[in-house]
Amino acid sequence: MATSTVPRPGRETRDSVVIRFAGDSGDGMQVTGSQFTLETALAGSDFSTFPDFPAEIRAPTGTTFGVSAFQIHFGGTNVMTPGDAVDVLVAMNPAALTVEVSDLKVGGTVIVDTDAFNERNLKKAGYAKNPLEDDSLAKYQVLKFDITKLTADAVKPHGLSSREAHLCRNMWALGLLLWMYGHERTATIEWLNRKFAKKPVIAAANIAALNAGHAFGETAEMAEHMVGYVVPKAAVQAGRYRTVSGTEGLAWGLIAGLRAAGIEKMVFAGYPITPASALLHTLANLRAYGVVTFQAEDEIAASGAALGASYAGALGVTSSSGPGIALKTEMLGLAIATELPLIVIDSQRAGPSTGMPTKAEQSDLFQAVHGRNADAPLAVLAPTSTADCFDIAIEAVRLATKYMTPVIVLSDGYLAHAAEPWLIPREAELPRFPVTYRTEPEGFHPFLRDPDTLARPWVKPGTPQLEHRIGGLERDYDSGHISYDPDNHARMTKARADKIAGIANDIPLQGVALGEDHGKLAVVGWGSTFGALYRAVQIARDEGLDVSHIHVRYLSPFPRNLGDLLRRYDRVLVPEMNNGQLVKLLRAEYLVDAEGFSKVTGKPFRVTDIVQRIRGGAPPPSEGSGLGGEAG
Amino acid sequence: MTVTTITDAQLAPKDYASDQEVRWCPGCGDYAILKAVQKACADMGLVRERTVFVSGIGCAARFPYYMSTYGFHTVHGRAPAIATGIKLANPDLDVWVMTGDGDGLSIGGNHMLHVLRRNVDLNIILFNNEIYGLTKGQYSPTSRRGTRSPSTPLGSIENPVSACAFALGAGARFVARSIDTLQVHLIATLKRAHAHGGASFVEILQNCVVFNDAVFENITGKEVAPDAQVLVEHGKPLLFGKNKEKGLRLKPGKLELEIVPAAPDVLVHDETNRPLAQLLAALEPPFPVAMGVLYCNPATSYEREVVVGTGGSLDALLNSERTWEVVP
Repeated sequence: MATSTVPRPGRETRDSVVIRFAGDSGDGMQVTGSQFTLETALAGSDFSTFPDFPAEIRAPTGTTFGVSAFQIHFGGTNVMTPGDAVDVLVAMNPAALTVEVSDLKVGGTVIVDTDAFNERNLKKAGYAKNPLEDDSLAKYQVLKFDITKLTADAVKPHGLSSREAHLCRNMWALGLLLWMYGHERTATIEWLNRKFAKKPVIAAANIAALNAGHAFGETAEMAEHMVGYVVPKAAVQAGRYRTVSGTEGLAWGLIAGLRAAGIEKMVFAGYPITPASALLHTLANLRAYGVVTFQAEDEIAASGAALGASYAGALGVTSSSGPGIALKTEMLGLAIATELPLIVIDSQRAGPSTGMPTKAEQSDLFQAVHGRNADAPLAVLAPTSTADCFDIAIEAVRLATKYMTPVIVLSDGYLAHAAEPWLIPREAELPRFPVTYRTEPEGFHPFLRDPDTLARPWVKPGTPQLEHRIGGLERDYDSGHISYDPDNHARMTKARADKIAGIANDIPLQGVALGEDHGKLAVVGWGSTFGALYRAVQIARDEGLDVSHIHVRYLSPFPRNLGDLLRRYDRVLVPEMNNGQLVKLLRAEYLVDAEGFSKVTGKPFRVTDIVQRIRGGAPPPSEGSGLGGEAG
Repeated sequence: MTVTTITDAQLAPKDYASDQEVRWCPGCGDYAILKAVQKACADMGLVRERTVFVSGIGCAARFPYYMSTYGFHTVHGRAPAIATGIKLANPDLDVWVMTGDGDGLSIGGNHMLHVLRRNVDLNIILFNNEIYGLTKGQYSPTSRRGTRSPSTPLGSIENPVSACAFALGAGARFVARSIDTLQVHLIATLKRAHAHGGASFVEILQNCVVFNDAVFENITGKEVAPDAQVLVEHGKPLLFGKNKEKGLRLKPGKLELEIVPAAPDVLVHDETNRPLAQLLAALEPPFPVAMGVLYCNPATSYEREVVVGTGGSLDALLNSERTWEVVP
């Protein structure tokens, strides 16, 4: 590659940019996106990412259902979501183009590898004609490069096979995009050297491709087509940052919670299921922090082992997605009956049944709050962002151990994989809530309640003179022995309900995320929709609309002021990625005339969806687009 | 292998009984098993606060309530999973799983398979009465073909599972069989099971006096027992009959056992020999049913191989990989 002799043209400034890398599931789009994210972070921008990959591990090459994409939204301000519409689409083949192009802004840029637009790939993607040769892409700026050849030329000195050379295409594209936004390549080069430490030739070839893509941006040919951009740094709180995914946030938060509670050991028991397995994988590498991971024979055993661990005085944690949580139901009942701490992480996905395993949904709220036989209350929390996953995991440990109850944390497939910058907390500044195990025999019985929390004592087997028996059979309020007494059962049912209801006195009052605590319209959400709702309300308020954003982190019990707060608005709108679950809980609990607003496409809300609805319009017609032909 | 053994030699069998009234049907074989377990506990001097009895659901699952140790009566079939969690949390606890043929081999069959395969250090005692007692007499996975029950009015058309053959197939490293009424043998078997580090599986033929009375009479009846049972002992010839006049040997040229008059070529029991254990476990009338320790071949138990530390710095973890500084 010739070095640039043409002066670099002046760069244009953009407040924020949305880029989507799309290609075959074997094209390395996820690592490309992750590395671009890292360089973006190091350049000082705020960002939000959204990986969108198919359920198939290796779908047939070139097919639409094998398209894997990674989206990043970065900029100086207002980066609350991965972005609605795409500014730059990198399409490594025709299938990626056909699946993703509908999300590209009019006037947006699409970068394609012309070599991949051959007859075979075009046919697989369903194109009768080559879209690069007609006017079907006229409303976009199309940058056509033979990335395959340019990559092959760049890696030639390293003597790779043509197949190996082909695998470096993503680094060429990454190099070009890094040039476009003025990002460094240093961290990526370090990463390549680390990743291919045992294959230095591969590392060198990938670095050559990366550098070639970058150099291409500075050459004359490139300058004719487009200019580079400058994206301002974000004005954020000073301190040390890193990227954090929801999975990492939960894993580290659980460990922080374990420390905060002063518990020696966490037993994390899981069973492989998409998209929850990542948490099992992450914690399996954290043995040094008192974590025992156990891959059980099924979801039931995973919850059973976690509960057994809690019974023995450790912190029992289990994790799954909706179909697996359904199988854990009986163990949740036992945890409620025996009043033992148990943390259940639910990475929700689109359902019912197997549904769409890699697509996000918020449709397990009913299951979490009510999905058990009999009157079986427990606590339910939902993180609002990947960073909040850390805090919510700590809070789950606090509530589970203080109230001797199962706590369900409702994450989802989007939060699990998405990443954002995170101001790294210091361990010394984290909360402390040490647990006390009962050791005093005097006056003991296993269901003796703390007068404030109504929690029963936690006793480690091994403690002398506190030997006792517990189980799923109803027990006497005053002795803990088996009891079939009718009045006692009524009393125990009430005690279990009162205990969970009492948590409302131990959690923050419901605040208003944005806007006033009264007015014409409250937009009420929960979970991973925080960014989209916040940004939409911000836009609507800038337009002069009287609207506020309320985001509920505590879903069982609700904060004790929530009903009063909602009654201070004329209208309450509840956007959810389900068919209307929180809206029904709010209506049932508070008799407020809340309206639902559902999105069940397997994709997160777009800001424009919400803004239009706030303005009073119908959702835009493109609602639901972009699902492509992905199989479940 | 390191197994912590702390004993309390002062206690008598009655000290292992809780203050709860035992509520099995009068004449139930479970009483004899409870008595044998309490006696075995006293003989071994088990420390009550270090001992946990875990059960699922069924008549046998009431067991923990009648012991003065720690006890956890859980959900149907899941006791092995819960007991695994207990051992992962605290490997030093002495954990027993009390289960039945429905609990352990039907609804909990999967958990039984995996807890044995993993070799978690548990004493698993399976009360086999070949019937669902607590739900009023339906046929179970160990019921013989033709068993008439409320759910099989024409007789069961299912083939039963052999508990011991299943356990061996799952990879259990200690498999034994005994009988509720065979007190001395049962107590000795329980002690052997307890002494074994890793998962120990003991099947106890247990009479359900209400729904399946005398179902084992063809094996346990006083008159027939000497011919219907072979008591196996490591290093001793496999002899049976009133005067030990019969023996078992390998049929020449075949991988199967045959009954022969006591003679020098009668097989000598080797409890470390898995194929032999499998042959013995599968014996059923008209062969004598094998009683005793069929297989014992210890290996390091699962929870002892788990690697866990505690000292990791959270700050170091959170600052691992790439970080960046934002200055004011």
